[in-house]
Amino acid sequence: MTRAGDKQAPEPAGDLPRRLRAPSPRYGEKAIQGLLALCGILSVITTTAIVVSLIGPTIGFFEVVSVSEFFGTEWSPQFEPPSFGVLATVAGTLNVTLWCMLFAIPIGLGAAIYLSEYATARVRKTLKPTLEVLAGIPTVAIGFFAVTFILPEIIQPLWPGDFLGGATGKPFMALAASLGIALMIVPIIASLSDDAMSAVPRGLREGAYALGATRAKVATRVVFPAALSGIVASIVLAISRAVGETMIIVLAAGSTPDFTLNPVVSIQAMTSYIAVTATGDIPTGSIAYKSVFAVGSVLFLMTLAMNVISIRLVRRYREVYE
Amino acid sequence: MAADESRAGTGREAREAAAERAAIAVRPEEFQHGSSSKREKVFELNGVEVLYSGVSAVKGIALDIHRNDVTALIGPSGCGKSTLLRCLNRMNDLIPGAEVRGELLYHGEDLYGPEVDPVQARKLIGMVFQKPNPFPKSIYDNVAFGPRILGRKEDLDATVERALRGAALWDEVKDRLDSNAFGLSGGQQQRLCIARCIAVEPDTILMDEPCSALDPISTGKIEDLMIELKEEFSIVIVTHNMQQAARVSDRTAFLMVELDADEDNRWGRLVEFDDTEKIFTNPSDQRTEDYVSGKVG
Repeated sequence: MTRAGDKQAPEPAGDLPRRLRAPSPRYGEKAIQGLLALCGILSVITTTAIVVSLIGPTIGFFEVVSVSEFFGTEWSPQFEPPSFGVLATVAGTLNVTLWCMLFAIPIGLGAAIYLSEYATARVRKTLKPTLEVLAGIPTVAIGFFAVTFILPEIIQPLWPGDFLGGATGKPFMALAASLGIALMIVPIIASLSDDAMSAVPRGLREGAYALGATRAKVATRVVFPAALSGIVASIVLAISRAVGETMIIVLAAGSTPDFTLNPVVSIQAMTSYIAVTATGDIPTGSIAYKSVFAVGSVLFLMTLAMNVISIRLVRRYREVYE
Repeated sequence: MAADESRAGTGREAREAAAERAAIAVRPEEFQHGSSSKREKVFELNGVEVLYSGVSAVKGIALDIHRNDVTALIGPSGCGKSTLLRCLNRMNDLIPGAEVRGELLYHGEDLYGPEVDPVQARKLIGMVFQKPNPFPKSIYDNVAFGPRILGRKEDLDATVERALRGAALWDEVKDRLDSNAFGLSGGQQQRLCIARCIAVEPDTILMDEPCSALDPISTGKIEDLMIELKEEFSIVIVTHNMQQAARVSDRTAFLMVELDADEDNRWGRLVEFDDTEKIFTNPSDQRTEDYVSGKVG
């Protein structure tokens, strides 16, 4: 018996329930709980506020521009008469994102497989933080690098002649932005996919090795599928970053809306239209002003759709272990 | 293949071995390598030492493991049983800083020779782990994994069925081969891992405390299975459960922790290796007797 038990022994039996009561009302506990709940709800409130602020001007926009015109492919809001075919800027975004992902996904996944399955602990300890630093470089610096180095020193010398119109002599092009964004995104895919693969229990790897699997088979047949949900999540996050990326596209891809997926032309993406127009000399309430919100709404819906699809994908294809 | 020819002679060999064992059991001076020395050896270990980053985990291990025997490694925690087991199929290669010294022969060939490919060795020497570790795939895909990655051109359905029957699991899962392996009970998962292992057609199966995560009924099934499997395979099992060693094994090695003079370093050392019956009834070494009788644990 403890000493406390001895002390309490003489108390009358009627006091017993009091012993089980809380000694104080514990207001602090409740305050903390409330504060934490507020933090959680804050993100929901913010998202709602963004949607609401988009809706008003967007409705105003559609009072002037018909929906069928909006889904055209000619985007020239500053011209007279203006044309508001948003698909030109959507194509710009897709153009940059597509070519970016074409490079970033294989390189990022390759880096992740190397980090989690091949690299020694020491290499991993140096390589991973270095890679992550790359993701933290300000995008304006990457954009500048894309224009001054990637475009003239890499794309133009390597581009095969007149293919798709040729790359020489062009000061801006989608591909320069794509590669710049890829620089930023490879570390995201590599680092998050590496986390996902490293989280695969060692027992699974050992099980495969014990069956005579080589390192490559263990990585591709066991670890990769088991980590698929995390890998898909990292890719979706990377795509979201690419779709939402603004500065690199403004600097490297120019501002010529063009309904094309040709990587060696100047384009305008949704984000770069918003950035350029919103920082330009536009009267509040004008149609150009409202068009910014309309494009913003499309961007919002696109990323939303992508997230919903990715959640479905992850649920369907993940291999649950343990 | 040569391996198959010698398998055919198993029955006779086993009888001879039993007779030999009976004859030797009365010779207490036979401490190691005492019995069945004429039988085919799968592993021969001489002065084997395993080090992790330069620090010994086990030292001076000398023992022979015979074909179609169940050989048990017993001993207290930290005595290096699992370390020793993992040397036998070069699983220790996967641990950075692990090093194996001494002579370790597999069918007379140096398992750590420069020409030996560890991947190839692991095809021949399968392993079942402490915690059931099925892949997060269907039951069928789990068993078919080995033959598939090894690119074996064979009737997969037949291989899977044979392996599952071999692991005494077929009747329980034949109607749900496409369902996820994680839907099985722990004991079934472990038998699935055994099926997965034998689908690769190894000649030896290493088992690292295969029943420690299982209930007594599942354990009993796996023990029965081991006795069946030794007809075809040689089995080395690490176990904490002395009754299990006594029930299933033919030969038992008892390992103990040894300390250096100032007690800074500890490593495992083989104390006694003999027929299981002798280890449990009439061990030569006092330390073995104390351990198997439960005086020290």
